[in-house]
Formats: sequence, structure tokens, C-alpha cells
Amino acid sequence: MPDLGQYATEVLTAYVVTLVPLVAIVILSIWKARRTRAKLADVEARRGKST
Amino acid sequence: MASLWEYANPRKFMAVSGAILPWVWGIAALCLVGGLVWGFFFTPNDFRQGSTVKIIYVHVPSAIMAVNAWFMMLITSLIWLIRRHHVSALAAKAAAPVGMVFTLIALATGAIWGQPMWGTWWEWDPRLTSFLILFLFYLGYMALWEAVENPDAAADLTAVLCLVGSVFAVISRYALVFWNQGLHQGATLSLDAEQNIADVFWYPLITALAGFGFLFLALVLYRTRTEIRARRLKALIAQERMA
Repeated sequence: MPDLGQYATEVLTAYVVTLVPLVAIVILSIWKARRTRAKLADVEARRGKST
Repeated sequence: MASLWEYANPRKFMAVSGAILPWVWGIAALCLVGGLVWGFFFTPNDFRQGSTVKIIYVHVPSAIMAVNAWFMMLITSLIWLIRRHHVSALAAKAAAPVGMVFTLIALATGAIWGQPMWGTWWEWDPRLTSFLILFLFYLGYMALWEAVENPDAAADLTAVLCLVGSVFAVISRYALVFWNQGLHQGATLSLDAEQNIADVFWYPLITALAGFGFLFLALVLYRTRTEIRARRLKALIAQERMA
């Protein structure tokens, strides 16, 4: 761990407020993609059966 | 040579983006982790700013990408308005939440950096204010997509909003040139300058910037693929209801 001196709180907080939203948008994007893919597969399978 | 417009075909876009996405994710992770670890652990403190200089590796790339994301949305919105390619409208929609997150990070890290250096979290400085307005435009843009049910009408309206918001994207980037006032320092990275900052800070910063850029590209490609699937899903459900 580098010596951050008197500004340790500010520097660490800046990294946390950067990494948390970045990780959040990646996770949300993956979650939404999987949900959409599953729904689409479901509808396509249903249509496949009916035709 | 293949025309650029071939990629406006959803099938072609899905095939190409599916093939390059793993590489883009990999490069993004490598540059992002590399740049941030390098900057945080292996660079010295600044003689004036102390360790707060390490905030540069998250603040500057996020601020640059916040504005670049809007410019990307502007280009894809114009393509939608002029050539009516659905993939370009969906790419703009996919990019907005990513740009919004970058803008939020830039505002938050700027405030955290500003407090010890300027003695205040916030100042109604031209650059800070235009960035806040850009953030509000991102929120408005996303809300408009959700508010309009017809996807083509939503794409039209959001494209117009994007054109209007571009004024603030330009102001956000060039506020320091237009108004030589306010607390915010001059541009950290400039193509005109022979040397922007000392090499010891410059190399990790450029690496982190590449990381943010590739992460944006990866997220936009990935989210656009989801939007294309969601659009197909909506069309199939509508067909089922009509049958």
C-alpha cells in the first residue's frame, strides 16, 4: 500500500466511487443480456413448436 | 472492401460484434487494471498536491469518456435520422447509461479532489456546471427512451435531444477555452501541448484512458446486442398477439 499521507481518505474514496459504478454497470448489462436472451429463446422455441 | 453500412444490418452486426467482443473485453480489463494499479501503487506523490494526484487516473479518463460517449451518441443519432439504420439508434440507446456512469464518476471524483485542493466540493465554475448539465441530459435522454412506447418515435425524439445536448458536451470539453475563469485547471491532456504532464504520470494515465475507452466500446457493443435481441423479442411478442 503506498503512503497516501493526509489525503488517504480522499484518494481511496475516489477509487471506490469509480470502481463501484463501473462494476455495477457491467453486472447490470450482463444481467439484462441474460434475461433478454432467455426470454427470446423462450418465445422462439414456442413459435418453433406452433409452426 | 466491405461498406461500413453493411454493419447496420443486425445479423452482420451480431456476427462481427460477437467475434470481436471477447478481445475488446480482454484489452479493456488489461488496460484498466494495468493503468489503475500502475497509477495507484507505482507513481510518486506530487510535490504540491500530495497523494491526491492519484485521483487523476480515474477522474481524467472518466471525464474524457463522458464527453466522448455523447459524441458517439451524436454520430449514431445522426445516422439514424439521416439513414434510418436501427442498429445505430440502438447503439445510441445502449451507450447512454455507460456515458451517464462516466459523467457521474467524473463529477464525484472531481468533487472529492476539489475539496482538499480548492477548499470546496463544488463551485458554479463553467466546466463543472456544464458537466452537471451534461449529466442531466444523460438522465433525460434515458428517461425519454423509456417514456415513448413506439421505438422509432423514441429514436427520433432522443436523437433530437442528443443534438441539443451536444451543445453542452462541446461546452463541457472546451469551457476552459471559452471562459478563462473558474477554479478548474487547464486541460490535463491536449493534442497541442508538447508535453502535458511528467512522463511518470503520463504513461499510467494513457493506459487508464485506453482502459476506459475499451471498456466503453465493450459495453456499448455488448449492450447494443442486447437491444437488438430485445427489439426482436418485442416484435415476436407483437406478432403472437396479432395472430
